[in-house]
Amino acid sequence: MSYFSDIYNGVKTLLTGMSVTGKYFLHSRKGAITQQYPDNRATLQMFERFRGEVVMPHDEKNEHRCTGCQKCELACPNGSIEIIWDRQIDPETGKKKKMIDKHIYHLGMCTMCSLCIEACPTDAIKWAQNFENSVYDRTYLTRVLNKPGSKVVPGLED
Amino acid sequence: MNITKNIHEWLFSLMPEATASLVEMALIAVIYLAIFAVAGLYLVLLERRVAAWFQLRLGPNRVGYQGLLQTMADALKLVSKELTGTIKADKFLYNLAPYFVIVTALMAMSLFPFTKEFQAFDINIGIFFLIAISSIGVIGILLAGWSSNNKFALIGAMRSGVQTISYELSVGLSLLTMVLMTGSLQLSEIVEVQKHGWLIVQGHFPAVIAFCIYMIAGTAETNRAPFDLVEAESELGAGFHTEYSGMKFAYFFLAEFINMFIIASIATTVFFGAYLSPFGITESIPLLGIFWFLIKTLAIIFLMMWFRWTFPRLRIDQLLVLEWKYLLPLNLMNLIIMALMVLLGLTIQF
Repeated sequence: MSYFSDIYNGVKTLLTGMSVTGKYFLHSRKGAITQQYPDNRATLQMFERFRGEVVMPHDEKNEHRCTGCQKCELACPNGSIEIIWDRQIDPETGKKKKMIDKHIYHLGMCTMCSLCIEACPTDAIKWAQNFENSVYDRTYLTRVLNKPGSKVVPGLED
Repeated sequence: MNITKNIHEWLFSLMPEATASLVEMALIAVIYLAIFAVAGLYLVLLERRVAAWFQLRLGPNRVGYQGLLQTMADALKLVSKELTGTIKADKFLYNLAPYFVIVTALMAMSLFPFTKEFQAFDINIGIFFLIAISSIGVIGILLAGWSSNNKFALIGAMRSGVQTISYELSVGLSLLTMVLMTGSLQLSEIVEVQKHGWLIVQGHFPAVIAFCIYMIAGTAETNRAPFDLVEAESELGAGFHTEYSGMKFAYFFLAEFINMFIIASIATTVFFGAYLSPFGITESIPLLGIFWFLIKTLAIIFLMMWFRWTFPRLRIDQLLVLEWKYLLPLNLMNLIIMALMVLLGLTIQF
């Protein structure tokens, strides 16, 4: 007598499916995932794990966390990151120390693989959530991530 | 209605009787054509909005207020498009097919009692005529598939033939179950019977089963998901209308939606009391019948859209198993139960 139980189960599973979509239908006003993009440009936030571009956060004293270890440069599969560095005298200790001059990031070449961010031992770089990355000249896509005159956070390597 | 009566008398005073009745028929046809072209367009819009809401999207909401002009714009675009075709197509049948589909769809529309007076064609074999007409539409689909000279179109058309022949049985039998209670095939009489409670209430248990079977078979009849093997996008391109473009494609598209409206209208008329208001609350205002008819029809159309955006498409063998092993035996059983119920007077009447 599996005939009637088959019918019962069939109807039951169909109704389960319909209840799921029915709930979606009722919540679609508030829960719609569609973004009406150019209208809500000012308020639109991408989700946290979105990979927009690599940025280097600076704190209010204009200090970043990059020690110039070049691990990100080595990790990058296609050379999107170039670090120009030299040894300078640390004003606090008076010793010579490796410091970055420019952390250059080519957004135009970047494949958003996130290997550099995983490689960074000091969490100096991270993903930004911006998505309006189109420009009229591709030279704009080459960016210097550390701000002019910025320094590394003191005591980071100790 | 008074307006129609005035026009009727005016026409008959102006011309000899034969011409006048011809002109009257043409007028009614034009009115129906206009109404259902617009209805078809707005059903397309409704489908798109409802589909979007089921998928947590927003749907078209840019053209006009809440996208109300979207399908008008689409229709304009389709009118202005070039009508392409294949060299090896059978030109005569290829051009005939879309008209077959749309004309049968529009013919069926004339039978429905929107109010007591607003019914163009009230013949005594109403239900039978509806079932017959709705299965002529499949000839158009077969013609389209055959004459396109395209293997996808042909497979789609053949599937449509198989599907319609199979599910026609269930549609017919489930409606026959209800006809047992009314004792008449004429739509106006079926509505008359329902003044003592809608048939789905009168027939309670077997009527609900008949309604479920009718909805399943009716969805299959209109070739909509989950029974859209006919145009299965992922396998067949667009199925039987692969080779059609522009307005000819639009005819198929429109016919699909008008067919959906027809299936829902039959369900409204036979199960839910057509233009009758629930508990007779607006019986004194007969014009509100249109409102009640449309509300009920739209509710059933919504149910069909709900099916479409919930269930996955059936395979062809599953389709046939569902019909021949489940729906048909259940339907026959249901018919016997209903016959016994009517015989023993177990129906509920107010």
